[in-house]
Amino acid sequence: MTQETLARTTQTPSALQPILEVRHITKRFPGVLALDDVSVEFLPGQVHAVVGENGAGKSTLMKIMAGAYVPDSGEILLQGERVTFSHPQEALQKGISIIYQEFNLLPERTVAQNIFLGREPSRFGVIDIGKMNENARVLLKEIGVEQFISPTAVVSSLSVAEQQLVEIAKAISFNAKVLIMDEPTAALTSTEVQLLHDLIQRLTSRGLAVIFISHRLVEVFDIAHVITVLKDGKFVKTVNTQDVTTADVVYLMVGRTLDHYFPPLGSPEDFGEVVLRVKNASNHILKNINFTLRKGEVVGIAGLQGSGRTELAQALFGVVPFKTGEIELRGKPIDIRNPSQAIKNGLGFVTEDRKSEGLLPKQPIRDNMLLTVRAIQNIFGVINKNGIRKAPNLVPNLGKQVDVKTDSFDREVQFLSGGNQQKVVLSRWLASDAEVFIFDEPTRGIDVEAKASIHDMIRDLTRQGKAVLMISSELPEVIGMSDRILVMYEGQIAGELPAKSSENEIMLMATGNKPGDVAAAGKE
Amino acid sequence: MATITVSQNKWKQALGRLRIPPVYIFLVITFAVGGLLDQIFADGQIFTNPSIFMNMIVRSVALGIVAVGQTLVIIGASIDLSVAYTISITAVMSSFIMQGDPNNVPQAILIVFAIGAVIGLVNGLLITKLNVNAFIATLGTSLILKGIINGTFSNYTGSIPRSFEAFGYNQIGPIPISILVLLLVVFAGWFLLNRTKFGSHLYGVGGNNEVARLSGLRTDRVLIMAHIICSLTAVLTGLFIVSRLRSGAPWVGPDGIYDLESIATTVVGGTALSGGKGGVWGTLAGVLIFGVLDTVFNQLGVNPYLKTVLRGGIIVLAVASYTYRSKREAA
Amino acid sequence: MTTSTFTSSAGASRILRSVWAAIKKIPPVYPLFFAIFISIGFLGQSYQTMPGILNFLRRAAPLAILAIGEMLVLATGGFDLSIGSIVTLVVLGSSKLLNNDPANAIPSILIMLGFGVLIGLINGTVVSYLKVPSFIATLGMLLLVKGGALYWVGGAPQGYLTDNWRFFGREYIENVPILGRFPVALLILIVIAAFSWFIFHRTNFGKQVLAIGDNVRASQLSGVRVRLVRTMAFVLSAVFAVIGGVLIGGYGGVNVTIGEGLEMQSIAACVVGGVMLTGGRGNVMNVVFGAFTMEAMFNLLNLLGLPKPYKDAVQGLIIIAAVAYIALSTRRKR
Repeated sequence: MTQETLARTTQTPSALQPILEVRHITKRFPGVLALDDVSVEFLPGQVHAVVGENGAGKSTLMKIMAGAYVPDSGEILLQGERVTFSHPQEALQKGISIIYQEFNLLPERTVAQNIFLGREPSRFGVIDIGKMNENARVLLKEIGVEQFISPTAVVSSLSVAEQQLVEIAKAISFNAKVLIMDEPTAALTSTEVQLLHDLIQRLTSRGLAVIFISHRLVEVFDIAHVITVLKDGKFVKTVNTQDVTTADVVYLMVGRTLDHYFPPLGSPEDFGEVVLRVKNASNHILKNINFTLRKGEVVGIAGLQGSGRTELAQALFGVVPFKTGEIELRGKPIDIRNPSQAIKNGLGFVTEDRKSEGLLPKQPIRDNMLLTVRAIQNIFGVINKNGIRKAPNLVPNLGKQVDVKTDSFDREVQFLSGGNQQKVVLSRWLASDAEVFIFDEPTRGIDVEAKASIHDMIRDLTRQGKAVLMISSELPEVIGMSDRILVMYEGQIAGELPAKSSENEIMLMATGNKPGDVAAAGKE
Repeated sequence: MATITVSQNKWKQALGRLRIPPVYIFLVITFAVGGLLDQIFADGQIFTNPSIFMNMIVRSVALGIVAVGQTLVIIGASIDLSVAYTISITAVMSSFIMQGDPNNVPQAILIVFAIGAVIGLVNGLLITKLNVNAFIATLGTSLILKGIINGTFSNYTGSIPRSFEAFGYNQIGPIPISILVLLLVVFAGWFLLNRTKFGSHLYGVGGNNEVARLSGLRTDRVLIMAHIICSLTAVLTGLFIVSRLRSGAPWVGPDGIYDLESIATTVVGGTALSGGKGGVWGTLAGVLIFGVLDTVFNQLGVNPYLKTVLRGGIIVLAVASYTYRSKREAA
Repeated sequence: MTTSTFTSSAGASRILRSVWAAIKKIPPVYPLFFAIFISIGFLGQSYQTMPGILNFLRRAAPLAILAIGEMLVLATGGFDLSIGSIVTLVVLGSSKLLNNDPANAIPSILIMLGFGVLIGLINGTVVSYLKVPSFIATLGMLLLVKGGALYWVGGAPQGYLTDNWRFFGREYIENVPILGRFPVALLILIVIAAFSWFIFHRTNFGKQVLAIGDNVRASQLSGVRVRLVRTMAFVLSAVFAVIGGVLIGGYGGVNVTIGEGLEMQSIAACVVGGVMLTGGRGNVMNVVFGAFTMEAMFNLLNLLGLPKPYKDAVQGLIIIAAVAYIALSTRRKR
């Protein structure tokens, strides 16, 4: 498809002038051409999704529009006028606000202090606290969340979703004309996502242009009016959402069709004996947990944010152990008080927060991969330069197994893309000879292709007779991967559903197992 | 929106509402136990003699003033190891310029504050513009100051006029001026941190520099300002010390270990070394704990070296009293 | 690469470029050290001779040993401020324990090593179990050890250090081929550095030290026994401080301020050697050369004939300049 045809598709019937436009943007980083002659137009009142794999250049493009990077060449037009930004502040003042993937709030400060950081209403440098809180209240009311969030609440006391709303309030408080959101829903559950979507609709109806980066195509199709696809730093195409299907967009993103999102489920004869049995286990959050996990199966764990999913993983792994109840591993009762004991008993845990709980950012890929193996070994065990002595080829083998894209295993892991980082973390557990794997949000914030390959790897594990417990807030992932589904609600396992249950069934259970509450579930 | 609230200690909640830093409990305990020991093993004057009580607070003034400055830089996720020699320079320079003549007092004060501002500015510039780690940068300036002062002066130098002794010795009604100055400095620190844009920005810079930068703050300027204020509090401490000693000597700062003790009291008071969190009221309590201990040790006639040992132990215990329950690993 | 054909000049420029890339990879501490060392070589004739160089290294050995210990703690993301007062304890305590009797030399050194282990264990426990930030924990230990040592000896040095106690810091191994008289202190440094290099770069322990300095939570969740690793780092640091103290006492006099400021000098040596104070980076060889750089700097200031106070000032300037240079050059690499 040529430039001309796609130019035609972007000409929407409305003769709106683009509020923001980038033309022929090129940006080079040492060793990488991050953006190569990219041109896109953004119209007011529209949700414009930008999709592409990791490394496609989405984040770089967003950062250029927000003034965090300066492009090597090309221009940015705001309401038809050429602008240049040398600092994010300049973009903000001209009405371009950005919400980054990482949270950008000060946890120890209040909502109002965060929103107005740097713009506190003041006289002679003295803050008018009453006015600041009042302004924050008005702002929160404007986006319809004043009943959830008090201006004087300390941010660390808010839930992830509430913090996200504060970020949005902060972003639009700059009188934003363009709001850029980089993966805003990565950490949210589906009800929270719904809330965010409603908010975005309201914002666009006021003429705001929302630019939206997401790896969740379902969501993109839910919310976006137009979709721009980038690949390898190049502009591929801009399409109207109603004219295309998910498969079309995936094709544009990866250059080929992904014929299956998920590997086939296990069949009953694959499932072996019970490896893990939890009986009447409780702690201060979890109540009366009972379930079993068999060799060769993937058990999915679904539930709303705060239902105790992550806490269950942490309890099994000894991070915040159970206080009462029993855990049996291969029929033998065990007592896991800390992660180190869990690992010795053959458990593995890929945590939900890669950055703060998974990676050693300044260490080479090699040492990240070998972290657990080395932790199991004698602390004075001798290693050699390239890895461990027993298995000199372990690192390259692991690299091949999880398909990490890098020129050298000596590269610091902080310089890898999110998908590759996740593969490195995963490989740490493959090397550890774990029998039971716990995955908490294994594919959060990574691209379609890396996602598919991680799903394949999980299924491979069960084929080798391992057992997998997979927590996910993405229902399609839970449904696509699980041989059984446990649904959590308020610290308890609300019930078990068979493979291929519908999203509706899961949501019903996740919201308290009251069939009449389906509608309410959407609202909460 | 489902959130999980972990039920908290009721005591803590009540204190949280009053916004009294938990370290005040430790202060009260220290005072009660110290006073009790004094009752049993010594003359029991801590509870009975108001002048001993006042003196206990006066002992805290020198450390207290500079600790307020230190609190500011630590909230900004920085640190200042140069305060001890800033204090020395102030003490020596002010008494050298005053030479016992009341007419020289204004110019002496002006000059030492100017020197302090320059020291703070240099610290701030090194940290923000040259990207030198704050620990190393202020250690470096500390060495430079040490060299200059030891190279220029070797003993008590000059003297202060009688009128200037008022700062150290006089009272307004029943309350010593120095205590009023300390309270004023603490209040000013509180006001700066909680009621001004500078304070709000400082919490931002210390809490997360990147967030602060993306919010459009001139983070460098904020941190430089905090360092200047910190050095100025060191100057004020130096002036107080010289008003007590009547003449300045190069060793008054390092002998009081004002650098490490101001950091210790700040942390004892609940301000995190990682920045972005804390306040000056906690620091005041930390400083008062040290003052109480000093008085108690004096009353009990504890060996001076043993005093050092006990101080070391108590710093650790005081901090441990509220860190040991934390779930996060310390470093 | 395989498809490109290039002329010899392009080949030469490519070689030059890869040489330049290799040069850029050299840690800045090495050019820094050699620059200073060469300048002291010009100023002081003795630095051009083998005995002079060995003597220089002997004087640098204690700081290098202290700095290696400090690095182990810094790499975990912590601080150890207690090492200077451990040196004071070793010198004052030994003079008391020796009681002017050479027969007590070995027992007193062993007792000091025992103290080192104990101090390290306490530091490690207070940080790991009471969660006190190491800056404060070891600051408390600084006061405790210093006060304790002075209290023990009654505020003034007792007796003297016997010659056999001083052997490690003062004596030479005679008639070594090529090198001539070889200082025992330097031999001890070589042994300690080799040992440290091995445990830091070639054992699971070293990798776990770096891991917890980089991301303690991730390390914990991957099975690293964080408290054990951290405590071991503190114990090694304290034990190395004892060894450094034996060397310092060996050629210095007994005096109550002998260890003062050594923790800061060690930290500075580490930072000059490229250690990050936030943890997760460290290299034994670079730190040894960081300590050599510091010692060379002190020598340079001596040779320039500066009085002691001004040496402090210039030392401060140079530390700042060195660290600023390192900070700027690493930032440029990004």
